[in-house]
Amino acid sequence: MAFVTANWNPLGDAFYRKIELYEMGWNLKDGLRDCLVAAAPYGGPIALLKAHNRCSPSARPQLEIFSSSGLPLASFPWKSGVVKQLGWTVSDDLLCVQEDGTVLVYDLLGGFKRHFSMGNEVSQSQVLETKIFHSPYGTGVAILTGALRFTLATNIDDIKLRRLPEVPGLQGAPSCWAVLTQDRQSKVLVANGSHLFVLDNTACTPVTPPGLSPQASSIVHMCVSFSYKYLALLTDSGHVWMGTSNLKEKLSEVDTKIKAPPKQMAWCRRPKSQQPSAVVMWDGLLLVVGECKETIQYHLDDDSILVPELDGVRIISGTHHELLQEVPGACEEIFKIASMAPGALLLEAHKEYEKESQKADEYLREIKEQSLLSEAVRQCVEAAGHEHEPETQKTLLRAASFGKCFLSNFPPEQFVSMCRDLRVLNAVRDYTVGIPLSHTQFKQMTIQVLIDRLVYRKLYPLAIEVCRYLKTPEYQGVSRVLKYWACYKVCKKKNYILIIFVQPYCMPSCMLVYTVVMYLKNELNRGDFFMMLRNQPVALSLYKQFCKHQEQDTLKDLFNQDDDHEELGNFYVKASYKEQRLEARIAHLQSAVDEYYKAKNEFSAKTTEDEMRLLRFQRKLEEEKGEQLVGFSLHDTMTTLLSVGLHKHAEQLYKDFRVPDKRFWWLRLKALAEKEDWEELEKFSKSKKSPIGYLPFVEVCIKHHNKYEARKYVSKVTLEQKVKAHLAVGDVEGAAEAAIERRNESEIGTVLSRCSATTDHLLVERLNRAKATVAKK
Amino acid sequence: MAHTEWRDAPELPDFSLLKRLARDQLIFLLEQLPGKKDLFIDADLMSPLDRIANVTILKQHEVDKLYKVELKPIVSSSDQLCFLIRPRIQTVKWISDLVNADKVAGRFRRYKIIFTPQKFYACETVLEEQGVYGDVTTDEWNFYILPLDDDILSLELPEFFRDNFLEGDQRWVTTAGSALHLLQSVYGSFSKVYGIGRCAKMVYESWRELMEEGEQRTRQPEFAKVFLVDRDVDFVTPLCSQVVYEGLVDDLFRIKCGTVELGPDVTSSDKSIKVMLNSQDKVFSEIRNEHFSNVFGFLSQKAKNLQTAYDKRRGMDIQQMKAFVSDELKGLKQEHRLLSLHIGASESMMKKKTKQDFQELLKTEHSLLEGFEIRECITYIEEHINRQVSMIDSLRLLCLLSITENGLLSKDYRSLKAQYLQSYGIKHLLTFANLRQLGLLEEQQAGETLTVMESKVGKLVNDKTVGKLTDAFSSLAKKSNFRALSKRLALVPKSGEEYDLRVPRDMAYVFSGAYIPLSCKLIEQVLERDGWTGLEEVTRMLNGQEFAVTARNKTDAQRIVLVMFLGGCTFSEISALRFLGKERDAYYVKQIEYMVNIKLSI
Repeated sequence: MAFVTANWNPLGDAFYRKIELYEMGWNLKDGLRDCLVAAAPYGGPIALLKAHNRCSPSARPQLEIFSSSGLPLASFPWKSGVVKQLGWTVSDDLLCVQEDGTVLVYDLLGGFKRHFSMGNEVSQSQVLETKIFHSPYGTGVAILTGALRFTLATNIDDIKLRRLPEVPGLQGAPSCWAVLTQDRQSKVLVANGSHLFVLDNTACTPVTPPGLSPQASSIVHMCVSFSYKYLALLTDSGHVWMGTSNLKEKLSEVDTKIKAPPKQMAWCRRPKSQQPSAVVMWDGLLLVVGECKETIQYHLDDDSILVPELDGVRIISGTHHELLQEVPGACEEIFKIASMAPGALLLEAHKEYEKESQKADEYLREIKEQSLLSEAVRQCVEAAGHEHEPETQKTLLRAASFGKCFLSNFPPEQFVSMCRDLRVLNAVRDYTVGIPLSHTQFKQMTIQVLIDRLVYRKLYPLAIEVCRYLKTPEYQGVSRVLKYWACYKVCKKKNYILIIFVQPYCMPSCMLVYTVVMYLKNELNRGDFFMMLRNQPVALSLYKQFCKHQEQDTLKDLFNQDDDHEELGNFYVKASYKEQRLEARIAHLQSAVDEYYKAKNEFSAKTTEDEMRLLRFQRKLEEEKGEQLVGFSLHDTMTTLLSVGLHKHAEQLYKDFRVPDKRFWWLRLKALAEKEDWEELEKFSKSKKSPIGYLPFVEVCIKHHNKYEARKYVSKVTLEQKVKAHLAVGDVEGAAEAAIERRNESEIGTVLSRCSATTDHLLVERLNRAKATVAKK
Repeated sequence: MAHTEWRDAPELPDFSLLKRLARDQLIFLLEQLPGKKDLFIDADLMSPLDRIANVTILKQHEVDKLYKVELKPIVSSSDQLCFLIRPRIQTVKWISDLVNADKVAGRFRRYKIIFTPQKFYACETVLEEQGVYGDVTTDEWNFYILPLDDDILSLELPEFFRDNFLEGDQRWVTTAGSALHLLQSVYGSFSKVYGIGRCAKMVYESWRELMEEGEQRTRQPEFAKVFLVDRDVDFVTPLCSQVVYEGLVDDLFRIKCGTVELGPDVTSSDKSIKVMLNSQDKVFSEIRNEHFSNVFGFLSQKAKNLQTAYDKRRGMDIQQMKAFVSDELKGLKQEHRLLSLHIGASESMMKKKTKQDFQELLKTEHSLLEGFEIRECITYIEEHINRQVSMIDSLRLLCLLSITENGLLSKDYRSLKAQYLQSYGIKHLLTFANLRQLGLLEEQQAGETLTVMESKVGKLVNDKTVGKLTDAFSSLAKKSNFRALSKRLALVPKSGEEYDLRVPRDMAYVFSGAYIPLSCKLIEQVLERDGWTGLEEVTRMLNGQEFAVTARNKTDAQRIVLVMFLGGCTFSEISALRFLGKERDAYYVKQIEYMVNIKLSI
């Protein structure tokens, strides 16, 4: 914390700081020497074409794409023509402008997308120089041809080539030029010696920058600010002239005292800058110039490039990646040495508070006395946004949060959204992602664009997390990411539908799933198709549905592929029921048995084996006795056998199939009653102790309206069921006796409810008395 | 229990509008195929269609003959065939075969398929595969909702439950979402949406997407809140025997599409009669929500009153008699007819349901719900199976046992399953497989604690077994926590207390005072709390997936609540909700996928 200002340098009224963003992850042998480099703004990717100017036709230079942290995204040998310029579009596509005016478009992972030509004229006279520029209309390409004419396309997605008028007196390549966007038009500013011209669609207008120092005989370099509002010119006398890009106003002029031509020059300003400033780079030296005579000088160890940003300049070298910017107002207020700004005091107060010192109160009082507390909080929050180090961010946010406690009506939105934004920014700034966005850039870029960028990098999970975290509406956020993901996967023709199912609630996708499944079914060979379905439960179940109706056999193959023996077993059981012929049925069941054993489902296997045995038994009996049996359940078979008097066979089933005694007794009982063979029933009841008790005997006789027989069994019924048995045969007295004997209140109640007017009232009285006695206890 | 009698009962929205919309669209679609045509209708669309557009209307729009889709070769001499079907692959396949047969015979006809409520891609694929895509025109009839009664709406999708919960096929989700969207566009937007269950969540999402796409109409909303509930949140309720009149009618005679067919034994004639059961039926509307023990007394009182009304005739002079005949007699006759039907129905109900068997069935159910004397229950179920009392009832009891006890002990599971298969054949192996898949009937994993399970799962983690992993998790998650839930929500009133079924004191009356339907209790609690706060433990036990969303325009004026059961609901639940509505002076409109009595076999 104490060293926040360590990397600050004063220049005029403002401070400048150089922050290290990354140590580059790439391992470049010769740094950036002899490389064609292009880095996309807003912390975008970096493209590198090594040894591009070795003109041997057999040379295959390597085109590499890296993240801002230097992690490789793509790499492939360049096989097309000689590349003059690399550049990035607003949607992170790489443009490679060839000598013949053909522009090849790649996505940031090196996938070729398309190409287009900059016109016949360009291809005939070849490309001399190229600039790629961004405007509200998209990404544009400007070309200076060998014939010294300019050709311009303002938007590469909707190419309308414009050939600009001739520059009078131009003999060779102009000393420098730049593309401007003014009055909703792209123009070219050309310097030929000391003469300046503006080229638009129709005319070539000579212009003079107001107050350009007279020593200059030639303008050697120029650059336009990120917003196209400002222009900087560097003369051969070493003067930097800064002014508005419409050349109506001069802002400052500084002598760099270096007359060598620079390698690159860029504006270094930010929204609400305190002063205009530009960065000029020579071999080994970087100079910041502003309004005053002094300059800031940085030494450079290595070949570097400058990447202008909305709020500063990024400096990329073979080993490091840095951000140079004017220190934002809020940070300056807070961290400037001996600052008495409310934010600074609040930070101090919080520090003391952490130390549990009473000074905290003094500082706080000081802010509150000036009623600047809310201003202090606001400053801390804002400054946190501009700090790169999470530690510093946290300190500032803690201070803000501390200050907020003493405010009653302070709106929390700014604080909350800053916390959220920073969380996201820190995540995307992470080395592995490598998008060093500043908060200002993030706000300018919008969350949607950031999501897109993550999607282009195929960082889908992160994109989804970001959407969820920032609570982006589903259709803008999560669903959109998933859509891209789906498209990507489908295009890739591998692991296609993974995605669609990740989000179970993403509903219309059901249709999509079906579509994809059906499509893939026709596109792929079966093995691959099944392999793919295997990991997709939703798709799999949809497809199974389809197969159930359309392609039974496919279903079988599907289970086979999956080694789903359980399902296969079920499948065969089902199939067996569709067969008319017994042999076929048994064959299917045998297959089912095999599968069930494989599935280690012994229960099902044994049951199915039993079924096969039963079927054979049934057929045999059908042939012998002419009784319709095949297909009956075991229970039904036994019922039939008993009813036609084939007791022995029923008995055999009872033994062979381990039929529980209870069931067998029920069967016998029912069958005998059905035939009204009361004699046999009585014999049966005495054959051994009934496992189902004797109440069923009573009930079954009653069912067949034989009270006489029923009575025979009442005495055998267990005590618990006596009342029921008596009542079943209509013997209220008996029931009453039993109930009273058992002293069971609810049973007495039941008996009472069955007493009618004709019942002996003495009995009723007895019951009531008994009930009362029981209840007392 | 006529709703209109309540003081300040809010006016119910006019649902006939929905019918009119559906009818107009159907007519429009029919006119797209001008000239005489034969219409083939899916069997399960017959009754709903009859409610929307009867034969006369269809004839007016040049429908010549009407056929039921039977998936058999057809005899039709018409040159234009129109098919009104559900989007089922089987039916489409049949139509394709038909078209191809005509082609072979050199016969030229025009074919039009109207899918309702929507087309599915798979159906079109079938047409394409069968090479008839160019020969037929297809259309959609967006007939999502059929108003069955003043307070019941139905999607009439009998496949919903099976497709969604068993097969994991979510194609109907969008249909449900569209239905909600339709309601919203006709009756104004809801101020609050609650829901629980995976399917409910998906339905909501799909509905929300429709909302975002379509324009918002500002209209005085007629519904206040909507509650979406998955059937699998509460499997217990549909597994219990119904004892309110309407539920019993359904159990005994099956109510289909608001209509019941009463057989000759009920009508005491030689014909069976189809009766519409809704609030238009004055007799029925008074007894539908009553516990059946009260119904008979009520009906006989009613009969007496009717007789008195008839008796007025005596001693009338000619003039009075004339007035009586023209003013009252028709009404009395109508009432008489209905009364005799309901008396017939309740007689056969009494015959079947007051028997000891039924009483014992109820007793077992109640013991299971209470978690009391489980061993006896198992013995009872075993006997039930052994005696082949009822295939469905046995299964119901088994499922109820499994759910209330968190699965059956391995030993019991095997023995009961073996018994069941002996009684009803081994094709029920598949039934058991399905029930296990649904989590309705499971075997306890003996000795397996959660940690063991987890380590098992851990071993499974590699790409190839993702599917299995999901299965493992879902089977883990499906664990029913009925006991704990029942305790937490006080679903089972203390036993031993007298419960006067004539004067119900809570929703438990629909199950003879033994159990408050879990689904209804949830609805009550959430509406009372205006959200899920305080119910965290409950939702955790129900496997989460709950949500509550407040819509933009909040109007508290309306008290009508729409409850949507995804996967169907029982009449007992409807009665319980009517009771709740009466108590809380609010109105519940139920929207259901289909009336179910869970019946699942192969």
